[in-house]
Amino acid sequence: MRSLGKYVIFMGSLFTRRETFSTYIRLITQECINVGYNSLFIVGIVSVFMGAVTTIQTAFNLVSPFIPDYVISLVVRDMAILELSPTIIAIIFAGKVGSSIAGELGTMRITEQIDALEVMGINASSYLVLPKVIACVVMYPMLVILSIFLILLGGYFAGTLTGILSSVDYLYGIRYEFIEFNITFAVIKALVFSFLIASISSYKGFFTTGGSLEVGKASTSAVTNSCIAVLLADYALAQLLMG
Amino acid sequence: MIEINNISKSFKGKQVLFNISGTFFKGKNNLIIGSSGTGKSVLLKNIVGLFTPDLGDVKYNERSFINGSEQDRKQIRREIGMLFQGGALFDSKNIEENVKFPLDILTDFPEDEKIDRVNFCLERVGLVNINKKMPSEISGGMKKRVGIARAIVNKPNYLFCDEPNSGLDPQTGIKIDNLIKEITSEYLITTIIVTHDMNSVIEMGDHIMFLLEGKKLWEGTNDEITKSDIKELNDFVFATQLMKQMYLR
Repeated sequence: MRSLGKYVIFMGSLFTRRETFSTYIRLITQECINVGYNSLFIVGIVSVFMGAVTTIQTAFNLVSPFIPDYVISLVVRDMAILELSPTIIAIIFAGKVGSSIAGELGTMRITEQIDALEVMGINASSYLVLPKVIACVVMYPMLVILSIFLILLGGYFAGTLTGILSSVDYLYGIRYEFIEFNITFAVIKALVFSFLIASISSYKGFFTTGGSLEVGKASTSAVTNSCIAVLLADYALAQLLMG
Repeated sequence: MIEINNISKSFKGKQVLFNISGTFFKGKNNLIIGSSGTGKSVLLKNIVGLFTPDLGDVKYNERSFINGSEQDRKQIRREIGMLFQGGALFDSKNIEENVKFPLDILTDFPEDEKIDRVNFCLERVGLVNINKKMPSEISGGMKKRVGIARAIVNKPNYLFCDEPNSGLDPQTGIKIDNLIKEITSEYLITTIIVTHDMNSVIEMGDHIMFLLEGKKLWEGTNDEITKSDIKELNDFVFATQLMKQMYLR
């Protein structure tokens, strides 16, 4: 409970004694490149392969002649939109961006760089953390949308090139009974998950004490806690919005 | 001038500082000395506002830093420059950006004026043509110099140095000490230096405060320190054979 209280106070501190708007614009742009652009490769690779594997495994399990082929791509589509892209990519995002945020802030803390900011009268939490949180919340939903597209693309190539289903069936399946709200749901999930990952990782890094060993521990703890928070939020959102 | 009154600080129930009072004078090198773990850096961090004391007050030219308004604190912070033990340079910025940083944040000077000021400060600490280097590309002594340049770039009234020559060879350590000494008298700054280096104490200690286990045990000048009859202070001052040979013949 104490940690939760400290976390809430920490989040509140992001919005006090702020710097100028132009300072934040510059910092947020830089962070968007760090968390968004620099994650494109890993998100792309994982998404394409998830799409390919999901297509092959779904086809392997749907062996009944009464089930039409297009159901395979329908299943891939719904899995991608509802779970694979927002949640699995969030776990990867926590591993890449979360650990990087915690490591960076932890190192800044133990090398007194955060103290140097505070001595200059800068609210270090607002200056360092707020741009990271905003950048994650802005960029992660875009990564999720890209991931959905790449999963469907990976599934398309895996399905059609191996002869599991035809191109026509695949395209029919991904459009069949499409529910638009699922995209909204995925974006809501992405917003919540990205906020959790950025804020928890920042919190863990910002309050690191000790030396390099503790920075490593903070990084690990940031990823672990972010993943748990993402999974809990995933369940809560599913219950709230689809239950 | 900086006054501290009855500063006490504890962490998780363990008291680290006990009712420390004292005055640090303008244009002087004010030293806080004592063995490792005695609370010197904690006292310094209480003075600059990185820690809030449990009790007591810190006054910068009669302006209370602890009990004053947020506006007062903001103004006082603008007048502070600090050199950290490891330099505390921002890894993601090059040397020029590091030194320029306080100007970017605290002033609205035109860019060319900022660059001129940065170059002046870097030259003042004896560093030229390193503007575009990253902190990882320079030596420990150079990092300290850049730290000093960053600390003085906004023309502070108060300069704080946390163990400025720790981790440096004796020659470089003396150079850093001399630089701080020159800057203090040149700009009439109130300088507070935390150190346990006896060479610094003898060379630059205009006013010295000796701490032992979180308590102020002695206060005086560098001339007086070698003549004290306080056992704990003598044990600290004459811990090395060299000091014994120089002063206890």
